[in-house]
Amino acid sequence: MDATPEIAKVSVIPTDWSDRLFRGTTRFFAYLVLAVVSAILVSLIIGAWPALHKFGFGFLKSDAWNPVTEQFGAAVAIFGTLATSAIALFIAVPVSFGIAVFITELAPAWLKRPIGTAIELLAAIPSIIYGMWGLFVFVPVFSETVQPWMTEHLINIPILGPLVDGPPMGIGIFTAGLILAIMILPFITAVMRDVFEVVPLVLKESAYGLGATTWEVVCGVVLPYTKVGVVGGIMLGLGRALGETMAVTFVIGNAHRISSSLFMPGSTIASTLANEFTEAVGEMYTSSLIALGLVLFLITFIVLALAKLLLMRLTAREGART
Amino acid sequence: MSSLFQRALIGMVTAVILTPVTVVAADVTEISGAGATFPYPVYAKWAEQYHHTKGVKMNYQSIGSGGGIKQIKAKTVDFGASDAPLEAAELDASGLMQFPMVMGGVVPVINLPGVAHGKVKLSGELLADIYLGKVTEWNDSRIAALNKGIKLPKTKITVVHRSDGSGTTWIFTNYLAKVSSDWKSKVGNDKSVAWPAGVGGKGNEGVASYVERIKGSIGYVEYAYALQNKMNHAMLKNHDGHYVAPTSKSFQAAAAGADWAHADGFYMVLTDQPGKASWPITGATFILVYKTQDKPESGKAVLSFFDWAYHNGDKMAESLDYVPMPASVVSLVEKTWAAQIKGQDGSTVWGK
Repeated sequence: MDATPEIAKVSVIPTDWSDRLFRGTTRFFAYLVLAVVSAILVSLIIGAWPALHKFGFGFLKSDAWNPVTEQFGAAVAIFGTLATSAIALFIAVPVSFGIAVFITELAPAWLKRPIGTAIELLAAIPSIIYGMWGLFVFVPVFSETVQPWMTEHLINIPILGPLVDGPPMGIGIFTAGLILAIMILPFITAVMRDVFEVVPLVLKESAYGLGATTWEVVCGVVLPYTKVGVVGGIMLGLGRALGETMAVTFVIGNAHRISSSLFMPGSTIASTLANEFTEAVGEMYTSSLIALGLVLFLITFIVLALAKLLLMRLTAREGART
Repeated sequence: MSSLFQRALIGMVTAVILTPVTVVAADVTEISGAGATFPYPVYAKWAEQYHHTKGVKMNYQSIGSGGGIKQIKAKTVDFGASDAPLEAAELDASGLMQFPMVMGGVVPVINLPGVAHGKVKLSGELLADIYLGKVTEWNDSRIAALNKGIKLPKTKITVVHRSDGSGTTWIFTNYLAKVSSDWKSKVGNDKSVAWPAGVGGKGNEGVASYVERIKGSIGYVEYAYALQNKMNHAMLKNHDGHYVAPTSKSFQAAAAGADWAHADGFYMVLTDQPGKASWPITGATFILVYKTQDKPESGKAVLSFFDWAYHNGDKMAESLDYVPMPASVVSLVEKTWAAQIKGQDGSTVWGK
């Protein structure tokens, strides 16, 4: 421990010009990120100002989206964004967890590599391919088989019933969430697998030695040890789901309405921007679209902040317990 | 250090300023335009042929009518293209002039398994009520009344519209607003509107693929898309009360009665035109250029291209199911070019 201050001092005081150059360059790159983020925020606010000025906070609550009368509100797009992302997480997190546990704890050594590579390949597929696959392959099958079945069997169950009501079109909020789940699955899985693998063997071996089952080891040893990484992985997936554009645009149905049914079409912030930005004429229309972009920026920021907060509370509680 | 930077900056600025001058001095070998997606196939075909015969390249980006208007206003292209005509006041305010290039039709397409193609008849009011979400099933008594002898299934109607802003939507909603006062007051006429019902597909191809996939759906696409995808289309009741099928002939019939000579700034909407054989949802697509040309040479190159297309492009347009402009309209347009389009010094740009 005594050596640490000295090492720190050495690295702080540059000895020659190349060191100084290196320090300057890295610092410049780091600050560049801050500058870019603030520049984005500033230009979003400037662009969104006419709309925010006209609609005020009502912009967030209003479900109007009428280019003819120039009445705009973000409620529909915010709802669609949050709903599709929630469905995506609801499906992707348990599946990713299962895959990661299987790869790290249960799979025979010869199977780990192929499954891991397959997951990484999923991550490399461009989002437009997911969108086209969704529309041309998944939607027809889903609307003819799964959707009528779900509507028929779940319609009389309270709460769940209204969620699955509606014509079997195959496109809508639910389909978009499902496609998003497939898209974020590899990211969450990859992070979970990586953090599960860094759990010291000695910890797991001790637990097994005490007679713990695999399930008990995963829940009692692996998860507590890796929770920061796991939450980080989920947030990475959530961030991707919130901002995903093309795949969602293909299958969500692009309607500016909030329906109680998940089988009805809706729209997300990103899909609205993709659809309408190029053709938006008139200051208020363009400005409202930029305001939507600002809302997405803030949602992403809030989600990341909440995740950080959650992690801080988790670590704090851990500190209190020991 | 700073003086070196300044000198470099001055050099760069000079280079930027000088570049267009050198281009102008030489013969214009490339013109650029952007806008409507609807006429893109025929513009591309003309461009290819024109390059072949005259050696001038025409770059057209089909980014949509709204985008075309934005680009020409920002002066990043030599001409803009729009399916929705600009009103005379807006043209004057921005110093632009517009002229019609080709005409075409918007067609209601349906997906009704078991019903023969091109047989279902609809009226304008009924189409508006379907799009308003008032008529929700195919065996509705109002649809059945127009279609005696056709067995319509008890399927829910799913309305499909464009999710992006579009000149096609402008023409379609213009028609609905003309034939339905309800539509006019509740929804209105624009490139994108607040749709009361249905799902949105991106682009003509998006609408076409939704209609092909959703049973009981109805959508609207450019005629060429319906034709290429062999989609089931509906017949429409026109202004004179006759049921017509969408064909080049019925588009031509709709265009025939148009009085271009008295259309201020060539503002002409061809929906719901009188005539026994007229297809009710017909529209022209327009080109936008500046009245005062900063670079008269490229202005002239643009007009030469469209002059060539007017006189040599009819066959190509017809082969792609567009309707060429009649000769009388062409001579009217070219007279307007000569009268209105000027260089910065006030000299006429167009003259043969």
